Amino acid sequence: MDLHKLSLSKQLEGLKKGDFTSTELTSHYLNRISELDGQLNSFITVTEDQALSQAKAADERYKTNNNFSLDGLPIAHKDIFCTKGVLTTCGSKMLSNFEAPYSSTVYEKLDKNGMVMLGKTNMDEFAMGSSNETSYFGPVKNPWNIEYVPGGSSGGSASCVSAELAPIATATDTGGSIRQPASLCGLTGIKPTYGRVSRYGMIAFASSLDQGGVIAKSAEDAALILEAMSGHDPKDSTSLKLDQPDLTKNLNNPVKGMKIGLPKEFFEKEMAPYVLKSIEEAIEVYKSLGAEIVEISLENINLSLPIYYIIAPAECSANLSRYDGVRYGYRCEDPKDIEDLFMRTREEGFGAEVKRRILIGTYALSAGYYDAFYLKAQKCRQLVANDFSEAFKSVDVILSPTTPGTSFKSGEKTNDPVEMYLQDIFTIPANLAGLPGLSIPCGEHNGLPLGMQLVGNSLEESKLLQFAHSFQSNTDWHMKMPNI
Amino acid sequence: MKNYSENWEAVIGLEIHVQLSTKSKLFSGASTDFGALPNTQACNIDLAMPGVLPVLNEEVLKMAVKLGKALNAEINSPTSFARKNYFYPDSPKGYQISQMDKPIVENGYLDIETENGGKRIGVTRAHLEEDAGKSLHDDFEGQSGIDLNRAGTPLLEIVSEPEINTPEEAVAYLKSIHSIIRYLEISDGNMAEGSMRCDANVSVRKIGEEKLGTRTETKNVNSFRFVEKAIQYEIERQIHEIESGNKITQETRLYDSQANTTRPMRSKEFANDYRYFPEPDLLPVNLEKEFIEEVLATMPEMPTEKKERFVSEFSLSQYDADLLAADKDIAEFFEEVTKVSNSPKLSANWIMGELSAELNNENLNIKESKVSSNKLGQLISRIEDGTISGKIAKDIFEKIWTTGKEVDDIIKEEGLEQVTDDKEIELMIDEVIENNPQQLEQYRSGKDRLFGFFVGQVMKASQGKANPKQVNDILKSKLEK
Repeated sequence: MDLHKLSLSKQLEGLKKGDFTSTELTSHYLNRISELDGQLNSFITVTEDQALSQAKAADERYKTNNNFSLDGLPIAHKDIFCTKGVLTTCGSKMLSNFEAPYSSTVYEKLDKNGMVMLGKTNMDEFAMGSSNETSYFGPVKNPWNIEYVPGGSSGGSASCVSAELAPIATATDTGGSIRQPASLCGLTGIKPTYGRVSRYGMIAFASSLDQGGVIAKSAEDAALILEAMSGHDPKDSTSLKLDQPDLTKNLNNPVKGMKIGLPKEFFEKEMAPYVLKSIEEAIEVYKSLGAEIVEISLENINLSLPIYYIIAPAECSANLSRYDGVRYGYRCEDPKDIEDLFMRTREEGFGAEVKRRILIGTYALSAGYYDAFYLKAQKCRQLVANDFSEAFKSVDVILSPTTPGTSFKSGEKTNDPVEMYLQDIFTIPANLAGLPGLSIPCGEHNGLPLGMQLVGNSLEESKLLQFAHSFQSNTDWHMKMPNI
Repeated sequence: MKNYSENWEAVIGLEIHVQLSTKSKLFSGASTDFGALPNTQACNIDLAMPGVLPVLNEEVLKMAVKLGKALNAEINSPTSFARKNYFYPDSPKGYQISQMDKPIVENGYLDIETENGGKRIGVTRAHLEEDAGKSLHDDFEGQSGIDLNRAGTPLLEIVSEPEINTPEEAVAYLKSIHSIIRYLEISDGNMAEGSMRCDANVSVRKIGEEKLGTRTETKNVNSFRFVEKAIQYEIERQIHEIESGNKITQETRLYDSQANTTRPMRSKEFANDYRYFPEPDLLPVNLEKEFIEEVLATMPEMPTEKKERFVSEFSLSQYDADLLAADKDIAEFFEEVTKVSNSPKLSANWIMGELSAELNNENLNIKESKVSSNKLGQLISRIEDGTISGKIAKDIFEKIWTTGKEVDDIIKEEGLEQVTDDKEIELMIDEVIENNPQQLEQYRSGKDRLFGFFVGQVMKASQGKANPKQVNDILKSKLEK
């Protein structure tokens, strides 16, 4: 049986009914990983032994009817989530030898629900990148065409779910790192409201923007796991004081009479004709379902990219200071004194993109530049957030492309950072405003998938998933899988 | 004690770091106990493991609010945290979480007193921050060890306005802060263990000059006496430099208590740019009005209030009241003694005299006193009711100190009750007079000061037990005959 063709809820049903065991399901995926991941490089670590023992434990619980809510379902974790006793590298040489002494809240929540960890997925170094080419562990390939990138920074998570090496994967999103790879790999990726998912144990890139989420094959699958990951965590002071939401209950509600906003600032921009065509077709689907289309204005949205490239590097410049070779991780050979230890450890341990952002951030926070850059960026960030609040007074969700186009070839943009940064032009605003956003497949071009983005008001993940599920119930873009 | 020319004045501002006596750290649950084995009190958060996040220990908010009230200051709400970036091996995150724009306490003042009278010193701010770990340079053969037990311990940094002008004022201000934090029980204020550390910013200028001179910052001076000496040295050094035609360099200096000098540590011109920015891992903290009121309801009586009460309730002198009220434990001890003795003045004298001498001798604090407040009170009440003389009381005090026995037991066992029977005293006096005919003759021929000799002889004969007043009276009448 092609177990990997089943949706998560079907897999869960099968486990409950005893159609197959978690050991069978887990082994099935482990086999696919060992067979297919050689060409994709989507995993940094495969935790085979641990997975099989977790699966066995789940099977025992099913036998005695003591099973947990998601018992025995396999999942892959982005290598940014600390997992006790397992390598957690964040895609960097700096942490290439780092076994976390504790587990992230996200891992613990899913573990408590019985989920089986298949392994840790590849990613851009410290989540900085949009093509998964900055990983110390080598680039990840797009299963739709291995000459193309899977997007980033959660490229490993997207690649492995797309190739069906895992039914679902955790991921993180600071400026688009869930939605952009989901779009480039033909998947459903959701980044919830800032504060929904605990950041404890999720290695920080830019603290005020980072948010955990999932990359899945459908909105239904995403809803099932995202709700289990969510909820207040006293270990994260920025986590919202809200209980775990029910994200599946509204999935089947109709979108009839609801309003979709199209930001004119996005659509005024030059857009690839195939992108516009796919988006227009998606809009037609929603119209046919009775949703109303409204043009809206997000006046300051075009400031998003420059704002982001001040705030994210500034925060990262401090967040990455702890990697100094003193307590854990990479340390340079034979340091001659403490200065040498700091400098060479960081010189040798970080890749070029990480260094570039640390330098930008350090500069933006320097005496004499702080007001002109960081402070101004924070004020503008508030303006962007205000635009969204205003817009959500009249619409339920905001629709746009997720990315400027389909995937691009490996190496195509590596020498032009700005061209690479433009990948996130549609996704960054939701991070700045702390809003939930998701990407679902809505078309293809030259055999490569393309996604559309829906951004919702604060805490309205449920509504976003309802829109996504409604689309997926009436189209089959999300059913298309690469031939690998 | 102004050793320098009258034409100069010093401008001094103090930054005092007070280690708050919370059970756990500022942003983690690790213990703050002093003296544990290296790195046994450093959890994942203190070690700055990848992915960890700080969670504020709310106990410190209460402590800071109390301090703010005691410093007549404003409490900022919301108050927010900031990152101060610098690389140092004992600073695990590569930044320190501190406060910048919205310190929890701002715009206060403190009234101090010196021999030259009272003065009000402004307190600019007091902010919360985490302490660093320690670098250990011995025992590692050319390498350094890092102990992160102290990393993350909560500190309040109290910054004064540059309104202090003499070393004496600086010490008075420091002692006043010390007294306040001890009263509030927010810190043990132990300077030797580093629970209270003082950095002094000092500059000098000609009197009448408006412009401030270039300042130096003298770091981590660990006793009141050293603060006074370090500042005194620094003032004299700066004046000497300027008068010799040199310029003062803005720099950080270290005080060397053995040589009684300060020497440069690092030049501030090349100092770090700390790149402060708001801490994104912690939201600004709102201090609700109710929370503040609840905290303020637990404020103890503060030193100044206590001093005034001692003057009005117990009729103590300003001087005595000031001395007793400065230390919370001493003040409490005094009140306990007085309750039993019913004699505030005598209780004050005993505490500041005999008791404090004995404590100093054995290097004990008042809580460790071997004579309890109850026993001291009883002892004093026995003087008051005439059972024993003050002189005998001193002997009894010594005995209690060494044996811990009860006052009345010692009096009884050793027969130390005062002799107050006129007849008995008369008999002793007659005998003394009879045995000293020569002195009697000299006295009667005008050598008045021999009166003391006779008193001494009588007291000796009574083994100190005769009531001195009665001895005086009777002796006078007998000798005059």
